[in-house]
Amino acid sequence: MSTARVDAPLVQIDKLCSAFRTAGREFVVHRDLDLRIQPGELLSIVGGSGSGKTVLLRQMLGLETPRSGRVTVMGQPAAALSAPGAASRVGMLFQHGALFSAFSVLENIAFPLRELGTLPADLVRDVALVKLQMVGLDPSQAHKMPADLSGGMIKRVALARALVMDPPLLLLDEPTAGLGPDSADALCALLRSLHRELGLTVVMVTHDLDSLFELSTRVAVLAEQRVIVSGTPREVMAFEHPFIHHFFHGERGQRAVALLPEPPPTV
Amino acid sequence: MQNTPPRLSRQILSQGECAQLLGHWTAALLAQPAVWAGLQRELLALRTAQLGWDLRQIERLDHTGAQLLWNSWGRQWPAQLQVLPAQRTMLERVARYTVVPPAPVPRTLRAAYLSLGELMLRLLGHAMGGLRLVGQLLLDTGRLLRHPHQGPWRDFSGHLYHIGATALPITALVGFLIGVVLAYLIAQQLRLFGADPFIVNILGISLIRELGPVLAAILIAGRSGSTITAQIGVMRVTEELDAMRVLGIARGFRLVLPRVLAMAMAMPLLTVWTTLAAMLGGMLASDLVMGITPSYFVSALPGAVKASNLTLAVAKSVVFGIAIALIGCHYGLRVKPNTESLGQGTTASVVTSITVVILVDALFAVVFKDVGI
Repeated sequence: MSTARVDAPLVQIDKLCSAFRTAGREFVVHRDLDLRIQPGELLSIVGGSGSGKTVLLRQMLGLETPRSGRVTVMGQPAAALSAPGAASRVGMLFQHGALFSAFSVLENIAFPLRELGTLPADLVRDVALVKLQMVGLDPSQAHKMPADLSGGMIKRVALARALVMDPPLLLLDEPTAGLGPDSADALCALLRSLHRELGLTVVMVTHDLDSLFELSTRVAVLAEQRVIVSGTPREVMAFEHPFIHHFFHGERGQRAVALLPEPPPTV
Repeated sequence: MQNTPPRLSRQILSQGECAQLLGHWTAALLAQPAVWAGLQRELLALRTAQLGWDLRQIERLDHTGAQLLWNSWGRQWPAQLQVLPAQRTMLERVARYTVVPPAPVPRTLRAAYLSLGELMLRLLGHAMGGLRLVGQLLLDTGRLLRHPHQGPWRDFSGHLYHIGATALPITALVGFLIGVVLAYLIAQQLRLFGADPFIVNILGISLIRELGPVLAAILIAGRSGSTITAQIGVMRVTEELDAMRVLGIARGFRLVLPRVLAMAMAMPLLTVWTTLAAMLGGMLASDLVMGITPSYFVSALPGAVKASNLTLAVAKSVVFGIAIALIGCHYGLRVKPNTESLGQGTTASVVTSITVVILVDALFAVVFKDVGI
């Protein structure tokens, strides 16, 4: 597998402004936000509630339109992503999985490939089965319906669907939210191995400090409508800001920091 | 980003003939119809030939490409293979995970027999659910009568507006057009017998007694019955129903009762409104086709149609309204938390409520056959 060129950032966000209009009042989420994501990174985006983390992901996916500024994903404007074949450029794991409830597990995973229209059914099925097992599920689960799956399994199937066309960029919205500690740990381990084996670039929005410290090579903190700091977990923790103090040095933060590996992993 | 499509070239090397793969072997590029047709033919031709494979020139290989190669090798490693380490790990992963797909559970005679039983149980479940809903409604009505100030009156007025007021234009339009069409058709027949003035009797009885209530009920079943099912169904999908239960709020009292009350009140009003629009249409058409003036029409109407017909129509439409609301709630509460079930529930709700409206109408026709005619 060829790796992407190291020089060009995979995602480039320049002077992004996003705003929503509710009941006649404008609510600004981002103002002059800049962010660059290099290939091979595992970037976590953190911030208080309402700081626009999910909106930022949706901007990268082209689901929201910037008020001003530019979002470029792999050299193309993000708005061009929702064209056919988008699954081969970006994979997205939605917070609640967003599986198609009318399809079985295997049909869900195979859906983007089948929609291409030319590949034969047996090849598509084989590819989907490989992805199913890559995310740690047994082939016997293939014919289950999403309604019969547990929360952890839904996330895994959704991950398999996001990865079915091997996109270089994977976006995760709260991957461990709503999972028990067991499934959350297992999902973290899976994400780390996929990140390593497939050479993925991963962008993750999370509240979960454990998965944040365990996975990320870089952390970007959203506050005051922009990225106030980005760097390795240790660098970010050293930054003086009320939110960072509250977030990382609270009781939960202290517990998670204790688990932080000594030398911070580098890309 | 220039992506070269996947290509295959045969080359004679020192160790024998060798298939060299070039370009991007990725799902998106493989799936281009022109590329795929040619490539499939070439791979099929190579399947029998014993030759070596060189993957090192591939610019990008993804799992779909790897799976394609693995399948075309007959799911075993070729004798001569030259690959990069990353490609080998990917092929190994594909090889490890390529399994015989589990067969979907086959349908046996026993399964068919059991599904028949399931069908019967489901019908029984519908009957039980319906009975429980009606019983709960009676209890809730009793509670409302005892404590009227606790009633869900805000919900009631909201539903009344959405079911009643916003349906006025469409019911008027449909009623008016039906009136015009009926008057034209009847006029043709009556003229054969020279019985022109009787159009007042025919239009009066048919529109006031039958068509007005049924027409309004069918429109409202399609319009508001489906809304009720979808609203309650989405509340199931988003767990709002469970939340209400946990908060100790009776869903019969807060969800079903206001809808049934609003429907029972809106339906007779809409029936009168639809009937009026239909009469207007019939009156205009009679004037145009047969020269029966509106003043004659209006003065002859009370003699032709007894007032008891109007009472019957209004009473009937109250029953229609209650039935539509109850059926909508019944199917809404049975929705399972997935999109497919929501769609099925809404369809079933509309079909059932229209059928029930017509059934109830037939029942009224039989029971009150001596009234008003």
